[in-house]
Amino acid sequence: MSVIVLVEHTGGIIKKKNFEAVQYAAQIAKKTATTLTAVVLGNATNAEMEGLGAYGAQKVLHVADTRLNDLHARAYCKALLAAAEKEKSKIIITLHDISGRTVAPRVAVQLKAGIVAGALSIPDLEKGFVIKKAVFSGKAFAYVNILSDVKVIMLMPNAFPAVKAEGKAVVEQLAVSFDEKDFGVKVKSIDKVTGEVSLADAELVVSGGRGMKGPENWGILEDLAKELGAATACSRPVADSHWRPHHEHVGQTGGTVRPNLYIAVGISGAIQHLAGVNGSKTIVVINKDPEAPFFKAANYGIVGDAMEVLPRLTAAVRKFKEQHK
Amino acid sequence: MKILVCISQVPDTSTKIVLKNNDTSVNGDGVTYIINPYDEWYALVRAIELKEKGIASDIHLITVGKANVEPVIRKALSLGGDEAIRIDADSNDAYETAGYIAAYAAQVGYDLILCGKESIDYNNGITGTMLAGMLDMDYIGFATDIQVEAGVAVVKREVEGGEETDQCNLPLVISCQKGIAEARIPNMRGIMAARTRPLKVVEPSKIAALTAILSYELPPAKAGIKMISPDDMDQLVDLLHTEARVI
Ligand SMILES: Cc1cc2nc3c(=O)[nH]c(=O)nc-3n(C[C@H](O)[C@H](O)[C@H](O)COP(=O)(O)OP(=O)(O)OC[C@H]3O[C@@H](n4cnc5c(N)ncnc54)[C@H](O)[C@@H]3O)c2cc1C
Ligand SMILES: Nc1ncnc2c1ncn2[C@@H]1O[C@H](COP(=O)(O)O)[C@@H](O)[C@H]1O
Repeated sequence: MSVIVLVEHTGGIIKKKNFEAVQYAAQIAKKTATTLTAVVLGNATNAEMEGLGAYGAQKVLHVADTRLNDLHARAYCKALLAAAEKEKSKIIITLHDISGRTVAPRVAVQLKAGIVAGALSIPDLEKGFVIKKAVFSGKAFAYVNILSDVKVIMLMPNAFPAVKAEGKAVVEQLAVSFDEKDFGVKVKSIDKVTGEVSLADAELVVSGGRGMKGPENWGILEDLAKELGAATACSRPVADSHWRPHHEHVGQTGGTVRPNLYIAVGISGAIQHLAGVNGSKTIVVINKDPEAPFFKAANYGIVGDAMEVLPRLTAAVRKFKEQHK
Repeated sequence: MKILVCISQVPDTSTKIVLKNNDTSVNGDGVTYIINPYDEWYALVRAIELKEKGIASDIHLITVGKANVEPVIRKALSLGGDEAIRIDADSNDAYETAGYIAAYAAQVGYDLILCGKESIDYNNGITGTMLAGMLDMDYIGFATDIQVEAGVAVVKREVEGGEETDQCNLPLVISCQKGIAEARIPNMRGIMAARTRPLKVVEPSKIAALTAILSYELPPAKAGIKMISPDDMDQLVDLLHTEARVI
């Protein structure tokens, strides 16, 4: 009757958001008086898998087929179903990210399970199986009750803390027999963005708008991002004018971010922009216009010229880091 | 090649969300509805481009909704598409919605099903994957480019930390996002032509929802902004460390 949680890794490295998912799943297992089994697909070292015990997994089921290093909707679904069957699982958890969104709904269909995408809370069992999630791009929350016997939950990254404790999970191999069809989507090439902090997972984001005036001014914004260890983002007109690459565009028609800190520089704060960033825990706005709408959504505001404020802020961060070494 | 484009109607982004009935539903009075941007700008426009290039023969648009969604589906038809199907049901559950669409799609048989990355009302991003599961089709999510030739699709998609180029035989379900196509504006000819294109209303198949929304909640008001002098960035860093605890 274990709860199962899918743990992804990129090239063998397990990212923090997966530890969040394990810990979230462990709490649900505890609440429903059962244990937690993590499912790891593709190449992964024993040490890493055992390490999931520190976040609350008692057991890891490892499907070692190396073809699973790439995301394949059918094959991932089959592997998760096999794990769910082995563990007689009624609760299946993934992250609400690219892999999770590719596989969890398919698993839900097979098991006729109700699904909550973008979960923000541990299920409340008093009125059923009720989970909180954001709707209308963060303008409201909904409390969703899962009515089916089997439940699938996709946890929003960066919504639940991952605190490391002691513990080692027991690793067991799980054999799943795949066929040709499970790998119908052939990967021809992969273009990894390396070296930068990936935007969707970033805990700190520095973002620039049209107020940055032109691509030649992005150096001072990148300096701040580097000093903070932050990812960079931008508003839509900035990407449309090719000042910045398209994957940096956030908002209603671009990416969604939920970092701990979002620093918006020279962005007016149009509703379509806010739709992609208003899940951020803390928002700092730097704008020369005190009437800019973004100030209404901000925790900290600085009225000033980005060209002057940015280098000062970078220097202040550097000084802070020196003092807190 | 037959393409089905899934179109959902959503409140315009600038809508202020107001709750009613003891916070159990969202007040629809005075709300302006639009085509979900991912469905319109990316999925539908790319389908139209594939038809213009002679690669697609038929484009069908499908929506699950009551009669009040018709203006939005008409607007979608004015951009392009040969016919529209409205499944006459009000669904808030992805399993139910996808089930209706899958039942219709299975009857007609489509080579390519396009949907948006997510609908901006319930922000699920799961309907496309569910459709693929229900129809036992392959699925590629978060696509940024779609090329089709001789029954084979070459699709670029976002993956963890980068981009991947995939190849897959049709039939296929793809969820679309930015990059796939540029936005279009309907012209007078399209608007006139859309009036004569068929809008079929189909009774829903029998499917029970697997989830129910019990209530809604509005986010707490921001606790007031703290203004900081542009000359005192040390104060900002200090507050980010000691008060916000984010660095
Ligand atoms: C359907 C739809 C979807 C959209 N989707 C998105 C989306 O996903 N993401 C998105 O971002 N937008 C989106 N938009 C566009 C959005 O409405 C705004 O037009 C856009 O966000 C504005 O970008 P901006 O703030 O960079 O530019 P502007 O609105 O031009 O604002 C520039 C700001 O910089 C400030 N400024 C100027 N100079 C300086 C300086 N030297 N120092 C400091 N501040 C300065 C100005 O005071 C101003 O507030 C969408 C629009 C529509 C209609
Ligand atoms: N009611 C609906 N009718 C038709 N298509 C829909 C409907 N709801 C969602 N979709 C499609 O599924 C995609 C993802 O929606 P969702 O899973 O609700 O976020 C949307 O971009 C649409 O293409």
